[in-house]
Amino acid sequence: MYVAVKGGERAIENAHRLLAHKRRGDQGVPEVTLAQISEQLGLAVDRVMSEGSLYDRELAALAIKQARGDLIEAIFLVRAFRATMPRFGSSEPVDTGTMRVRRRVSATFKDIPGGQILGPTFDYTHRLLDPLLAEGLAPEAPATADAHTAPTPRVTDILGRDGLIECSPPADDGASVGDLTREPLNFPADRDLRLQNLARGDEGFLLAMGYSTQRGYGRNHPFVGEIRFGEVEVELFAEDAGFAVPLGSIELTECQMVNQFKGSATEAPCFTRGYGLAFGQSERKTMSMALVDRALRARELGEEVRAPAQDEEFVMSHSDNVQATGFVEHLKLPHYVDFQSELGLLRKLRQEFADASTPDAMKEAAE
Amino acid sequence: MNAPAYNFAYLDEQTKRMIRRAILKAIAIPGYQVPFASREMPMPYGWGTGGVQVTAAILGPEDVLKVIDQGSDDTTNAISIRKFFAKTAGVATTTATNEATVIQTRHRIPETALHENQVLVYQVPIPEPLRFLEPRETETRRMHALAEYGLMHVKLYEDIARFGHIATAYAYPVKVNARYVMDPSPTPKFDNPKMDNCPALQLFGAGREKRIYAIPPYTQVVSLDFEDHPFEPYRFNAPCALCGAENSYLDEIVTDDKGGRMFVCSDTDYCEGRQATGHHGSLSAAPYKEKAHG
Amino acid sequence: MTTIAELPPGFVDKVLSAQSTFRSVMDAMARPGSVRRIVPGAGTPGPMMRGTAAIALTLFDHDTPLWLDARMAESSDVVKWLKFHTGAPVVQDTSIAGFALIGDGAALPSLERFALGTSEYPDRSTTVILQVDSLDAGRGFELRGPGIDGVATLKASITPYDLFERLHVNEALFPRGIDVVLVADDAVVAIPRTTRVVSKES
Repeated sequence: MYVAVKGGERAIENAHRLLAHKRRGDQGVPEVTLAQISEQLGLAVDRVMSEGSLYDRELAALAIKQARGDLIEAIFLVRAFRATMPRFGSSEPVDTGTMRVRRRVSATFKDIPGGQILGPTFDYTHRLLDPLLAEGLAPEAPATADAHTAPTPRVTDILGRDGLIECSPPADDGASVGDLTREPLNFPADRDLRLQNLARGDEGFLLAMGYSTQRGYGRNHPFVGEIRFGEVEVELFAEDAGFAVPLGSIELTECQMVNQFKGSATEAPCFTRGYGLAFGQSERKTMSMALVDRALRARELGEEVRAPAQDEEFVMSHSDNVQATGFVEHLKLPHYVDFQSELGLLRKLRQEFADASTPDAMKEAAE
Repeated sequence: MNAPAYNFAYLDEQTKRMIRRAILKAIAIPGYQVPFASREMPMPYGWGTGGVQVTAAILGPEDVLKVIDQGSDDTTNAISIRKFFAKTAGVATTTATNEATVIQTRHRIPETALHENQVLVYQVPIPEPLRFLEPRETETRRMHALAEYGLMHVKLYEDIARFGHIATAYAYPVKVNARYVMDPSPTPKFDNPKMDNCPALQLFGAGREKRIYAIPPYTQVVSLDFEDHPFEPYRFNAPCALCGAENSYLDEIVTDDKGGRMFVCSDTDYCEGRQATGHHGSLSAAPYKEKAHG
Repeated sequence: MTTIAELPPGFVDKVLSAQSTFRSVMDAMARPGSVRRIVPGAGTPGPMMRGTAAIALTLFDHDTPLWLDARMAESSDVVKWLKFHTGAPVVQDTSIAGFALIGDGAALPSLERFALGTSEYPDRSTTVILQVDSLDAGRGFELRGPGIDGVATLKASITPYDLFERLHVNEALFPRGIDVVLVADDAVVAIPRTTRVVSKES
């Protein structure tokens, strides 16, 4: 006698109980705190904030803890929370020119006004596993110097003064900034939406796409004009007050890529731009983003669209790891109804194939 | 910390308004895919976020909700979605097709005929019927605008040339109200005829792809075919082993590793209803043996 | 002058009233010609009927450009109430309106002046909400099309008298077109672009 399988609420509940148990791990080991995650796994928190599109270190740390360290799962948790938040308005554009710079490097000039600042970086570390760190040694105090007072103008602005790089399009005060989380996306998409898509896009995907442009799939001759990381003020224009009020400061990484020049009979040749921006410190993400942003400007700059990274439908439709994860993983949901339909068709086709074959061939097929 | 607090049926009112406006346009233009600003839901894309958003936008406290996946009320994803709405909207739920006012489904249309006081909400993974022929949205949108569906007919005809049949067994394309070619979601083509002239309103939600579309009640829905190769719904030719139904869609159950099979209704509510009213199948029927030929 | 405090109220229960109103409108749109009732009450500023007010509260917001006919626009109560309760931007250009509110059917603009959508995006079209005298008495009409099991009948007293003749443009335009919601007090009837309406011989 056959009894139909029941998925069962209890099975689901028990699975989730087991998950909670596995999440905690060995209870003889102290439980990780949100502050520990935020302080000691800060770059994971930065990534979750960036791709989760929500600047909140504590919630990002909670998401990482809840997701057992699976960052895409953590990004998903943050996004689902963010989706229900009411909108109070749009902040004023942040001015990265006034950033309190913690790190700043340019590959285009040896020295720049305000100087190159290495800051906290993995660059030039020797990637040797450190047994001392395993034991939990307190680090040396950082080196100090007098507070840096010189202004740090953006390298692209320095180039721009001589007309050597295209102007950033002037801000249109009246125009609202697109938001692909509130408006359905249409193609072709403007650059504001493309940049938003890339800012939320999966770091690994952007890395691969950016890398592909370096290997000839949509090459655009990039130079790192500047990468800067530090704090900027966020302000909101308050209609009642009639002026912009500060909301606080956030950490950002910005990458300005200086790319292949363009020119025409009517326009003097100049470099073009690719732009990357992310919450927290994320150079891999912002550099990749800048490469892909530049590649996606192919249409606008009159270049032939041939490579995947130049194809905005391809890039924008596949960059989001929450979407991609969901759809890839949905394959593990039951599909037995459609599979059954496919099976029936296949059996019928095989039957017809067998019927049409010679008796010898039939015998062979049966073996 | 910002402690989360959620609205009735989870979605905020602004999101519901946006979805509701899309639903009205979808009903006004049968089979046309209305873009909407799909939200990130607390369940993964591909697991019913489109259906869940549509259901959340229409559901009220007086509704009775049924959720099925593969025809069954008891599959884990169906349970999970039903619990989500029972928790966030406090609605009554049921497994009885007849009693439901809103039915959210993945991959099946119930066997019991739907009535006027019902809305069937489909979860849709890929809403664009032309997507596998043309991956570009800009192109497929143009093809729909011009009702230029030759490519689809070519594809179906190539199947016939190669296999002697149209080799599409599920998500079989339909034409709605003699205008738009539409993807019915990955339902087996057995279910296609149920969409035609259906008394219930049918709504389709694709969350990841951000599209909503609809078939109003009593609307013509035709499965694409050719005069010399007419559309044929497929059903395994056996009665249900549990309720003896001769005209329901069947799940194939593998009973051992020696070729043993049995076939039971995929619609569990339908099957249980029949058994309760005295219909029985051959529970211990000789298991179907797959034959290599003949 | 009416102050905000003196404005007619919105819904008492925003969430459930909007849901109930939406279901009435959705059912009306899905079954053209059938008369649906709007149950939840809300304030009715100026010439606005109960049904119209409830629909506005249910479907309008910052994202829906709104066009008002002279009858609606000349009522400062209507304008203030809509702004306060829905935030919908009022536009002068009919061709970018998501919704149009018509208080005086005699002055209904030519339908081609509203947004008709494009072939690629036929959904980007105006939904015209037209207040009429009656949706249960008056001339008889027969309706056919999706949502209707054969033929539906409607008795209604509608200005403009030739509304359904004007809506014939929908036939040639489809899938572009205009969708109309008729309101009489708390009754609504929808005429989506797929519905074909003829006068019954009297």
